[in-house]
Amino acid sequence: MDEADLRLDGNAAAGLLSEVFATEMTVARATCAGCGATNVLARAQLYAQAPGSVLRCPNCIAMLMCIVRRPDGRLIVDLSGIRRIRM
Amino acid sequence: MTDWRTASLVEKRQETRTAATLVFDVSGWPGHRAGQHVDLRLTAEDGYQASRSYSIASPPENGNVALTVERLDDGEVSPYLVDVMAPGGELELRGPVGGWFVWDTGDSAPLVLIAGGSGIVPLMSMLRHRAARDSTVPTRLLVSARTIDDLIYGRELARLEGRDDGLEVFVTLTREAPDGWDGFTRRIDRDMLADVTWPPAEGPSTYVCGPTSFVETAADALVSLGHDAAAIRTERFGPTGT
Repeated sequence: MDEADLRLDGNAAAGLLSEVFATEMTVARATCAGCGATNVLARAQLYAQAPGSVLRCPNCIAMLMCIVRRPDGRLIVDLSGIRRIRM
Repeated sequence: MTDWRTASLVEKRQETRTAATLVFDVSGWPGHRAGQHVDLRLTAEDGYQASRSYSIASPPENGNVALTVERLDDGEVSPYLVDVMAPGGELELRGPVGGWFVWDTGDSAPLVLIAGGSGIVPLMSMLRHRAARDSTVPTRLLVSARTIDDLIYGRELARLEGRDDGLEVFVTLTREAPDGWDGFTRRIDRDMLADVTWPPAEGPSTYVCGPTSFVETAADALVSLGHDAAAIRTERFGPTGT
């Protein structure tokens, strides 16, 4: 299996995102801090292999968001790749 | 935050050699939209947990939640669901989730649905919803399967197309076709999509679901035919897990 087979859509992160945010986030529009492109998170590229889930910009593939689940169940959310989210 | 709910298996039926439909009664189920999915969570006796996402096959008009699951031979969850779990069994379910890959009959644009293998599952929810509401939205489904025996919902698709309500079903068989087969017999490509989809000027709503490579081939071909990438909604599936 090559790397392309591991790439999913942001859709697939909907359940995980619902643990972090109170609203349906896959339809939120996120602006990439790297290239400035704005897309709904459903269109982001998702890499969901453990230990974390990484959402990448569909335009420039820079990391938008990273969510890591620690062994104790707590979540660490890195949003440094998103300049702005509209929902 | 979406909570985990208890889901009880009330019915199970084999769809193909490797796929089964599991119908769950979910306590406090809030209803769903066609195209949404759920996360399932299994917990072993030693506390080990595995969760996976599965698309909902049933239409919003049904009170229960039907999932059609393809068994992956090296899978951790799907062999249990397809081969082992029996009616009366319970698991945890979260959802419905996802607000992008959804369709309802309020969208009057021509509808194009493109499925690879079990990627037909969320699209079937849309087709069942369309039929339940007696919608006549012009709709074309292109589904790719290895053989006719691997085609999920084959009989139901024939029945839906027989309603003569504006649905056309196209099937391509990529590995082996029965004698007298008059459908496509190759992997999807640009020419096939040009044949079965409407031109971009018709402004179709397009949904593509399947393995990652299938989805990317289809989406790239549609864009090369002049379709707006933003109007193509995709759902790739592959190995997931948290």
